[in-house]
Amino acid sequence: MKEVLLGNEAIARGAWEAGVTFAAAYPGTPSTEILQNIKADYSKDIYCQWSPNEKTALEVAVGAAIAGARSLACMKHVGVNVAADPLFTAVYTGIRGGLVLVSADDPYLHSSQNEQDNRNYAKFSKIPMLEPSDSQEAKDFLKAAFEISEQFDTPVLFRTTTRINHSKGVVEVGSREERPKPTDLPRDVKKYTMLPGFARPKHPVIEEKLAKLKEYGVTSPLNRVEMGDTSLGIITSGISYAYAKEAVPGASFLKLGLTYPLPEALIRDFAQHVDRVVVVEELDPFLEEQVRLLGVEVSHGKDLFPIVGELEPGVVLEKLAGVKTAVPAAAAGLPTRPPVMCPGCSHRGVFHVLKKLKVFVSGDIGCYTLGALPPFNAMHACLCMGGSITMAHGISKVMAGSTDPLNRTVAVIGDSTFFHSGITGLIDMIWNGGNSVVMIQDNRITAMTGGQQTPGTGQTLMGAEAPQIDIEKLVLTLGVKPANVRVVNAYDLKQVETVLKEELSKPEPSVVITKDPCVLNYRIKDRPMKVDPEACTACKQCLQVSCIALSMQGQGDERKASIDPNFCTGCTVCSQVCKFDAIQQA
Amino acid sequence: MNTINFLLCGVGGQGVLLASTILAKAALRQGLDVKGGEVHGMAQRGGAVVSHMRIGEKVYSPLVPMGQCDFLVGFEPLEAARNAHWVRPSGLLLYNTYRVNPSTVAAGLAEYPEDLEQQLAQFPCRKRMIPASDLAQKAGDIRAANAVMAGALSRHLEFPLEVWERAVAESVPPKVLEINREAFRLGREAGA
Ligand code: SF4
Ligand code: SF4
Repeated sequence: MKEVLLGNEAIARGAWEAGVTFAAAYPGTPSTEILQNIKADYSKDIYCQWSPNEKTALEVAVGAAIAGARSLACMKHVGVNVAADPLFTAVYTGIRGGLVLVSADDPYLHSSQNEQDNRNYAKFSKIPMLEPSDSQEAKDFLKAAFEISEQFDTPVLFRTTTRINHSKGVVEVGSREERPKPTDLPRDVKKYTMLPGFARPKHPVIEEKLAKLKEYGVTSPLNRVEMGDTSLGIITSGISYAYAKEAVPGASFLKLGLTYPLPEALIRDFAQHVDRVVVVEELDPFLEEQVRLLGVEVSHGKDLFPIVGELEPGVVLEKLAGVKTAVPAAAAGLPTRPPVMCPGCSHRGVFHVLKKLKVFVSGDIGCYTLGALPPFNAMHACLCMGGSITMAHGISKVMAGSTDPLNRTVAVIGDSTFFHSGITGLIDMIWNGGNSVVMIQDNRITAMTGGQQTPGTGQTLMGAEAPQIDIEKLVLTLGVKPANVRVVNAYDLKQVETVLKEELSKPEPSVVITKDPCVLNYRIKDRPMKVDPEACTACKQCLQVSCIALSMQGQGDERKASIDPNFCTGCTVCSQVCKFDAIQQA
Repeated sequence: MNTINFLLCGVGGQGVLLASTILAKAALRQGLDVKGGEVHGMAQRGGAVVSHMRIGEKVYSPLVPMGQCDFLVGFEPLEAARNAHWVRPSGLLLYNTYRVNPSTVAAGLAEYPEDLEQQLAQFPCRKRMIPASDLAQKAGDIRAANAVMAGALSRHLEFPLEVWERAVAESVPPKVLEINREAFRLGREAGA
């Protein structure tokens, strides 16, 4: 049967067909829907869980694989940095049931903080890597990845990009390969315990496996030669194949699915049969450099295609076929439409206050990162998941001598990110005598990725009830003084301001917690607010809260603020900002 | 059959994704190859969203090449104008007349352009305005504007009506199916 599947849906389907029984992930665009689809469609057969972070997700998956289950761990590219520690050693232990790590990369950083090319991880960690180029291959290759994993006793890196994860394509679906449930837990200390004495002999074994995988790649259907016009030979993989194939369908192709280690003999042979070799790939010259090292002459690679950003099919068409489509100029002078906090979002008021206080705000990854954009401009640094608290601590140590209150720091972090890796930062700060204020904006969900459960929500991915980890009690236990742990109402701007000022004046760490849930996820909607045109002076102060329900309407003297009742959730933040009491509940 | 290229654009939260799913399912039922994709993530928070969809006998790339779009479906006038240059001179631009302020306008940092129609007039393609949000309101929920737009688009493709109806039924949750069916029907009427 054929279905139209998103790449991520196809990966979920592939896991099911491969007989996977264990899957773990931390949500991150563009990888999130993989586990959501496993939960929605296959949780009868596959146990699945959100983990607090990518390192723990990979570690539980390694455990499950050692126990004999086919196991899947999924994350976005930057998540692999967090999981790199167990990854580099899981290659040494090997597995029992197959283990696949999905790395969903994000060329052009559609929703990420950097543009790393995770193909480099394959080489660095000495792990075989598969790269699908559409939804059908996403499903088929995932099954192949499990076979390779078991045949070679190694984890496999399954590398996708946004255009694979979030593209739809037609997929021929199949049935599930039922695998016997493991019944025993054999002890194999030397295999799974990485003491130096046990680990040392593993490294040569890994090198041998890679040599065998090179051979395997020569005949594996994962790598495919499509001979056409021999004047042009294109070596490519992933989404780049789709662009190149469309641009010059008649050329000869070496389409690689197993992109680490590379099938040397196949590449040499292909190069001999074509007049010139062009490597088409996105981001780093990962294939190009390896092909050149084989002594194969590459006539074009990164000299033609950009090393930065996504490949654009028009560019591939132009460079490969010399075809340039005339495109009319885009309409000029249109206002941009950056992402923005939702109407009624509980972060909005907090950033309004932070802006007013003019403190240095050290931010984290989540919806609240949007507080860095105008009109708030109220976040001054944001590095990575969990980095807000530690950066604030570092800054506050350096600024310790300053008496100017503007040099005080506030770290802003969400609940999911706090559980991910913020907590260790807080321990660092408490331990080392920091004095920043940490704002934990607990909106009861992982909001930016669409609303996934966290260890604080009392529910697991599969819908089971779970103990709710109480952030307030937790930070008390970690050693924040009870007087310095404050819970505030995020919608009460006065209260937020008063409490923040109090805590900023203290010489020790404080934690200010908001517990107002994400409006989007909890579908919160009170009666919308209304602007009284008589009272409105058109001062535009309300617009400073940057809510898309608000705008100025009318001409000349008639120009007044106005609220679209279809968007307004009645959160009252704009009315608290209005000095003329012009905004009231309708 | 040549590949037909579609772009669906709008604002995060408007259901651009659902409309492209309906289109993809209908094309599959017609035995065609389908590829397409959208970018979401941050864009879901009221940012601009563009979804590519390509239908034909064999489709390789999920992305529509610049200037080669046959149908642009704009869920919001400003976003339609922003993407109008993708459309071929022989193409069609359908757009919802309901405005959604960008955050830059809501924050008073920019003005919502009042001359969008003139701006659109510069582009040679045909244009059709659809009061999709009003029609969706009439069908029972303003959020069904995406089904209205899918309905309007359906008028311009030679797929049998049953194929579309099935695609709608397979794409929306049962709870809101009736509203979406009605919205699709109103859109199909308005799309001519
Ligand atoms: S998704 Fe939730 S937390 Fe994120 S901006 Fe919207 S309301 Fe705020
Ligand atoms: S009350 Fe004001 S800030 Fe809150 S959602 Fe309505 S318009 Fe936006």
